[in-house]
Amino acid sequence: MSQENTEGLGIVTSGSLNKGVEARLDGSASVEDIAVGRYVTIEGKKRRFFGMITDISLGVIDQKLTVIPPDVSDPFIAEVLAGTSTYGTLHISPYLTIGGDVTSLTEGPQPVKTIPSHFSPVNSASQQDVELVFGKEDEKRFWIGNPLDMETRLCLDMERLVERSSGVFGKSGTGKTFFTRQLLIGMLQKSKAVNLIFDMHSEYGWEGSSEQGLKVKALKQLFPAKVAVFTLDEESSKRRGVLTDFTVRIGYDEIEPADMALLRQTLNLTEPAIGAVYQFRERFGKNWLEKAANLGNSDDTRELLKELNVHESTFQNLQRGLAIIKRLPFTEPHAPSDAVTHILDHLSRGTNVVLEFGRCNDITAYVLVANLLTRRIYARYREKTEKAMAENSTGPQPLVITIEEAHKFLNPEVASQTIFGTIAREMRKYNATLLVIDQRPSGIDDEVMSQVGTKATFLLDNERDIDSVLSGVSGKSELKSVLSKLASKQQALIFGHAVPMPVAFQPREYGSAESYKNLIPDGGTGAVKQAEQDIEELWG
Amino acid sequence: MIETQRVGEVIESSSTDFTAQCYELYGSPSLGSLVKTRDADVELFGVVYQVATTSLEPGRRPIARGKDEASEEAVYKSNPQLLKLLKSEFGTLVVGHRQGDKLNQYLPPQPARIHGFVYLCSPEEVREFSLSFAFLNMLVNAHLPISTEEITSATLRQMSQAHQDHRSFLVAAGKELALLIGSNLNQLKAILGRLQT
Repeated sequence: MSQENTEGLGIVTSGSLNKGVEARLDGSASVEDIAVGRYVTIEGKKRRFFGMITDISLGVIDQKLTVIPPDVSDPFIAEVLAGTSTYGTLHISPYLTIGGDVTSLTEGPQPVKTIPSHFSPVNSASQQDVELVFGKEDEKRFWIGNPLDMETRLCLDMERLVERSSGVFGKSGTGKTFFTRQLLIGMLQKSKAVNLIFDMHSEYGWEGSSEQGLKVKALKQLFPAKVAVFTLDEESSKRRGVLTDFTVRIGYDEIEPADMALLRQTLNLTEPAIGAVYQFRERFGKNWLEKAANLGNSDDTRELLKELNVHESTFQNLQRGLAIIKRLPFTEPHAPSDAVTHILDHLSRGTNVVLEFGRCNDITAYVLVANLLTRRIYARYREKTEKAMAENSTGPQPLVITIEEAHKFLNPEVASQTIFGTIAREMRKYNATLLVIDQRPSGIDDEVMSQVGTKATFLLDNERDIDSVLSGVSGKSELKSVLSKLASKQQALIFGHAVPMPVAFQPREYGSAESYKNLIPDGGTGAVKQAEQDIEELWG
Repeated sequence: MIETQRVGEVIESSSTDFTAQCYELYGSPSLGSLVKTRDADVELFGVVYQVATTSLEPGRRPIARGKDEASEEAVYKSNPQLLKLLKSEFGTLVVGHRQGDKLNQYLPPQPARIHGFVYLCSPEEVREFSLSFAFLNMLVNAHLPISTEEITSATLRQMSQAHQDHRSFLVAAGKELALLIGSNLNQLKAILGRLQT
């Protein structure tokens, strides 16, 4: 096998399949040049292994050296002892292997079922190695960044990514949003899936900003023909100069008791109040919300409450909640047009939809709208898929629903009630998956978390968050040490369904003119000009 | 091939070492030098571990003669017989041999022959011999009247002169030693300390 551009690091000295292998570092290589998360290859006698450095330690041949340290101020002595009496050891977790036989050459790298034999040489992975494992940039694979300490392009199979739900996690300010933008662009370019993005902070549609306060282009500016921006707050969009395609209004009659159940915590409703909602829905039908909210303090009301067996204080609690919903700027008794139909129209044409929340970005609005729209879109998708199954034709275009603050929808209390919980669990049967973005993964229901296929995680420092992200992953403790050593910005670990093995990487640069040029063939200038012209015409 | 310098003749021999007498008084190679002698088709290599100059007759000790002389040289000048009554000898530890084209760093099948001529190895030969450090094992494990640290460091210092990059040769040798006697840290330190010129 090719040995070009590889740097010998050391030899395997011990190990086990469960715990990974130990390699002794060559005298010529310094421990200080090695970083955890580095990607290495091990040349076994019959097969080649791909793995990741997960720990680095120091060893001495004789314990006396630690008690009476030699005079290392003498460079000669220091040089002689380095790599002989004193040495570094690498802990490597092997993930993949490729044998020399024909089947493995055609099928590519396979998960490891054994470990390399004693004294197999360990090398830094070369560009060819990375390409062999992760593939080259092509019509399916999207360049997402480069492995840590390497210049090689790391590519992600976008078709595989959208097959299952995926998640982007990390503390705030670590680069989640920037990376998500790239993932969305990748999906848009390299997969058949369409995206519906619930854009709480209005960062994905038109433009976002970097921490330095610079403006960064988002989807619509780069791909005007393939992205539609829907807004809940027309004024805010207009002020920001965003070219919007549709203003979403939510009618009271569109709100279902299940939506209220989800809002129980944010609206501070009691359990019986939610019970009352179901009763009102039964009694009043579609317009239950308006009718219930308008019930005055009259004898008729008391009579009704008695009949429904709803306590007065419960009713007051509910009314307070309903009043909050009614005060939301985008709600009105009857919506003039059906937002769901519009969204579905766009999606079925292959246009990605970004729903901007503008100023309505409090959590109540976000949870209500996202859940309400998704539930209905999902129902239609389900219908379409089932119909397609019956007719033996291809189903609707795969749909990826992107949600931020995912723990609000998927926490253990509500995961069973929200549509997102259902999508995460039933997933691809109906051609719909989730892309969840969250900074507190520990808040997400374990069952849902275990169904998230591909996880990209930036730095997390809360122990529970780390455990939650890594739950169900083999070699958890090793990955944990890699994860906790990521830089506080723009370094992430990706693992799961879409990647053959976990890899720590640095997302590609995004935000400069150069980066846009790399993303779109014509450099985006034409597209942006067109968009600017459109805004001009639209807003005058 | 560069003509090598003949320094003496084997007068005592065993499998592990041989003693040679110099042709010239004080004409011995330096401590740690690589020398060779030939036995039929086998060329033996040895490291000089001890040099001694004594009286020809064990019972007759030299006496002080310089009382009235101006310089040490003058002592020898006024007593020309001294050069014939004294002898220089050197002890050599066998560290390898060449049989045919193959250079082996282990003991030869037969010891050196008495009256075999002993030559000082040329820098090229030293370089060729020191490409491998297998001989170090024999050096550090030998039971000699001289301490292992002294002979090992002297040998490596001598050999380093034949290499262009003295330091990298010594570092490589040091690393080999660190592996060999890593468990004896004091010995290693003593050798390393003596390696730096």
